[in-house]
Amino acid sequence: MKTALAVIVAAALLPLIAGEYYVNLASQIVIFAVFAASINLLLGYGGLPTLGHAAYLGVAAYLSALLYLKLHLAHWAIAPLALAGTTLMAGVFGLIALRATGLGFLMLTLALSQVLWGTAYRWVSMTDGDNGLRGLARPAPFGLNLNEAMPFYYFVLAVGVLAVWMMARFVASPFGATLRGTRDQPRRMSALGYDVWLIRWITFVYAGFWGAVSGLLFVYYHKYIHPVSLSLANSAEGLLAVIAGGSGTLAGPLVGAAIVLLLKNWVSAYIERWNMLLGFVFVFIVVFMPEGVVPGVRRLWRRYASRA
Amino acid sequence: MAALRIQGLKKAFGGLPAINDVSLEVAAGERRLIIGPNGAGKTTLFNLLTGDLPRDAGSIALFDEEVSRFSTSRRCHRGLARTYQIITLFPQDTLEHNVALSLLGLSRERWSMFGRLPARFYADARAVLAQVGLEAVAHRPIAEVAYGEKRRVEIAMALAQKPRVLLLDEPLAGLSREERGKVKAVIGAIPRETTVVMIEHDMDTALDMADRITVLHYGRVIVEGTRSEVVADPKTREVYLGH
Repeated sequence: MKTALAVIVAAALLPLIAGEYYVNLASQIVIFAVFAASINLLLGYGGLPTLGHAAYLGVAAYLSALLYLKLHLAHWAIAPLALAGTTLMAGVFGLIALRATGLGFLMLTLALSQVLWGTAYRWVSMTDGDNGLRGLARPAPFGLNLNEAMPFYYFVLAVGVLAVWMMARFVASPFGATLRGTRDQPRRMSALGYDVWLIRWITFVYAGFWGAVSGLLFVYYHKYIHPVSLSLANSAEGLLAVIAGGSGTLAGPLVGAAIVLLLKNWVSAYIERWNMLLGFVFVFIVVFMPEGVVPGVRRLWRRYASRA
Repeated sequence: MAALRIQGLKKAFGGLPAINDVSLEVAAGERRLIIGPNGAGKTTLFNLLTGDLPRDAGSIALFDEEVSRFSTSRRCHRGLARTYQIITLFPQDTLEHNVALSLLGLSRERWSMFGRLPARFYADARAVLAQVGLEAVAHRPIAEVAYGEKRRVEIAMALAQKPRVLLLDEPLAGLSREERGKVKAVIGAIPRETTVVMIEHDMDTALDMADRITVLHYGRVIVEGTRSEVVADPKTREVYLGH
């Protein structure tokens, strides 16, 4: 708890010492951290590896953009509609994807998100295809102007903290304990009276909801949406962030998101072949900390402390 | 009233019948032992009873309620509990958490998404662990306790649910003489409100504990009766001794 508070305080102080570029980068990290944390609900706590989670980020972003551009609705109406629509879609996708587990689940989530990605590309009259949707604006909750980097960062940080706190409560609850049980011993859980499928479906929908929240923040940040937001690459980056940071831990996806975004945005400014570096970093993590950075660092710290 | 009534139960894997037209009836409060050589279909029978495997034909009734179409979890809520031949626990969690998870399975609080698991679940779990002599290690992770203790946790998890019918799949398998004694005492202390059906290979120990015995062979019931009836039946000797 103390560590969490220290991280929040440090994050809140960041705009006071960092320039606009870094504040914007921090906003992107928080948005991506919410996205990765929602994947972690499925992968880390439910044992359900997904390669289609960008569907919820992308659909929430597209719904928000379309409601703004086509129906000219206000942001206060758009946000709940986009979240509700995307969560409903997660409910339907869950009915399909949860007919399988393991690799079958992975392939079904991938296939469903690819359908949406293809639709976003080809339905030009609605999505403007490869051009994407532009001309979007950020909301102004309670009259706050979020167009500057700093206020937008604080807005994203507030939503991010709320999201991670809600997910932390979820996994620490009795339901969270049953979810971990279905990950470790699904057959035993059925024999103990748990409806394993329903537990997984509820988690799938909940993770979809938080994926949608990250999508809203994403479209607010960029004021633009493109089919690539629905792509396999976007889903895979989220999955890699969770694995790199440490699945099944609360801090893991946040650290993983920071690693991925820093490598993508900061290191790429100095190193031309930054993709190669990203690959090396993942190989390094998998070889030396197969459980992920957060559990790996904890393990090394325990070893160091026991020797000291 | 029969606690368990099975009629014409069938299950085949590919073309190979594993359970072939099995019918049997277990009275309420009875201790029933299921024996038979390897491959006789004993564990498959348990898996059909709990719904872990779908049946090909036949019916299963629990206290006169037809449960054949019920899911595994629903059968559990109707009072059917089991242990596994291969230990199936949550190794990273403590003993008390394992048992608390069992208690939570029948509670509405299992759907609580934003609270904490109430302390009473752990208190109740420790009380159940005390029944099987494991209260001293209740806080230790499953991965750190001995095999025999894991066997007792399996039984504790089933007993925690106060089942009406308890299926024990080889509860003495792989245990030392001392551990067998402890597990046998735990099984012996189960109240008669719970009907017990047990698969066991250790005949010397298991025969003492049974009211009636069913012998399975190639997925069929070949002998059923009291201890003396089954031991005296030539079909039992043929199955076990080959003559």
